Amino acid sequence: MTLTKLITGAALIAAFASSAFADGHTIRMGTEGAYPPYNFVNDSGEVDGFEREVGDELCKRANLTCTWVVNDWDSIIPNLVSSNYDTIIAGMSITAERDEVIDFTAEYFPADPSTYVALSGASDDVTGGIVAAQTSTIQAAYVADSGATVVEFATPEETVAAVRNGEADAVLADAAYLSDIVKASNGELSVVGKPVAIGGGIGMGIRESDGDLKATMNTAIASMKADGSLAKLIAKWFDGRSVEY
Amino acid sequence: MFDFCIDPQNLDGFYWWSCYLTTGKHISFYTSFFVVFALLIVTVPLILLFGFLGAIARQSRIYPIRIFGITYTSVVRGVPDIIFFLFVPIALDQGIEYLRHKFKCSEWVEPIRQGNDFVVCQIAKMPMGSSDQWIHDTYGFFLAALAFSIVFGAFAANTINGAINAVPPAQIETGVAYGMTRKQIFIRIQLPQMWAYALPGLSNLWMILIKATPLLFLLGVQDIVYWARELGGTKTARFTYPHSDWRLGYFIVLLVFYLFLSWVSEIFFNKLTLKVSKGQATLNGTVGGTIDYISVSDDEVRNS
Repeated sequence: MTLTKLITGAALIAAFASSAFADGHTIRMGTEGAYPPYNFVNDSGEVDGFEREVGDELCKRANLTCTWVVNDWDSIIPNLVSSNYDTIIAGMSITAERDEVIDFTAEYFPADPSTYVALSGASDDVTGGIVAAQTSTIQAAYVADSGATVVEFATPEETVAAVRNGEADAVLADAAYLSDIVKASNGELSVVGKPVAIGGGIGMGIRESDGDLKATMNTAIASMKADGSLAKLIAKWFDGRSVEY
Repeated sequence: MFDFCIDPQNLDGFYWWSCYLTTGKHISFYTSFFVVFALLIVTVPLILLFGFLGAIARQSRIYPIRIFGITYTSVVRGVPDIIFFLFVPIALDQGIEYLRHKFKCSEWVEPIRQGNDFVVCQIAKMPMGSSDQWIHDTYGFFLAALAFSIVFGAFAANTINGAINAVPPAQIETGVAYGMTRKQIFIRIQLPQMWAYALPGLSNLWMILIKATPLLFLLGVQDIVYWARELGGTKTARFTYPHSDWRLGYFIVLLVFYLFLSWVSEIFFNKLTLKVSKGQATLNGTVGGTIDYISVSDDEVRNS
């Protein structure tokens, strides 16, 4: 361990000790549980995925006790602002529109391009046809602006099913989510068109009035970036993707 | 669950299925069937209570009470369910927390409403942030049950109100002739006879209620439809038991469950209808004995 790292570590520990949350009270982490590899409910019924590991590690570093709550995507922001849980950690991109209602921590996952997926053999033109996207996502807004017809669904699963049964020509979602689906489809689905870069990185959603928690989480995210543990987790869950922090 | 389930990749046929169907997630699916029954058990008495109070309010001679009854039934029936279920439980929850906050943390100076946020002190939280998840689920469930009761109670109030009015006026006149008070007429003549008229409407409500549980997930309570969708969704290689889109299979299971429930309810309501219409006078002029209920209500409704 180099001297700089030691100093950073000491500074971080000091920051945690002075935090209002050092008493270790319980933080409830709200997630969707339907967006692998970011977050999903595994076969034993537990929340699992990249965000589960990141969240648990952040809580450990911030000396917080955390519990996980699964909530519908549609009502995930209303339930945060009415304090039914304390954070949203659900693959939520940082956008100006959301930032008006809630606050975001620093990003813990870089901006991920979105890709179109259609039935194999479809031409690139389908991206201008009928495109499925999940309700209240950056992708749904993007499709609506692009001039294509958007059909919205409540869950990511339904957006892919819409392509399979012909209801939509293509689906637009985060590349990481769709690449798993394409791989598992045995050639039925494939990526079409060019990836589009929309939205910023992914951050944790926190109530605007909860500045203390935001600061605590930002410090923890910074420490995970500094020691490379965040990059390791990203590589683990996203097929060895390498990220520089 | 079983010893041979340690390495599911190498299993097939019967062994794979017996492991797959006993995963923790499937157990949650099975237990969520009880959520449906629990919802029915908790809400049905409340719905009947709200229904009766609403109907009695609408029959009241006191103007403000009558207006209250009419407003309750009209407004609640007019508002879309999904709005109601997002609004009522959150409003109830915030109301409870607001009162607890005022009571327990009176020394707090920060406002409770901060922009969009609703913030109360930690000990005023309901339930406490540190409580187990099942306490949160149970609390959410009861808030939801209350919202269900208010909504369905309004429909029940309208049905019961109509049923009370459907009791033949001649019988009420007879009651008056005997010197009964309004209260006596209500309890002795209208109440016992209105059941036969109310049951078809109430059984409709019951059937709708059985199928309304997916609304629970808006409040974070996971019901059978949530789990069926979750389990049936495509499972990529990240899961222990990968499979393609199996939602159809899971929904067929739900279909069978709901059809079974409908069938049992139908039998129950038919029996009940026979029971409550026993010995009831009808416009057909039949008095006494068991009367086929269908002919009673149809003629009655058309003629009244």
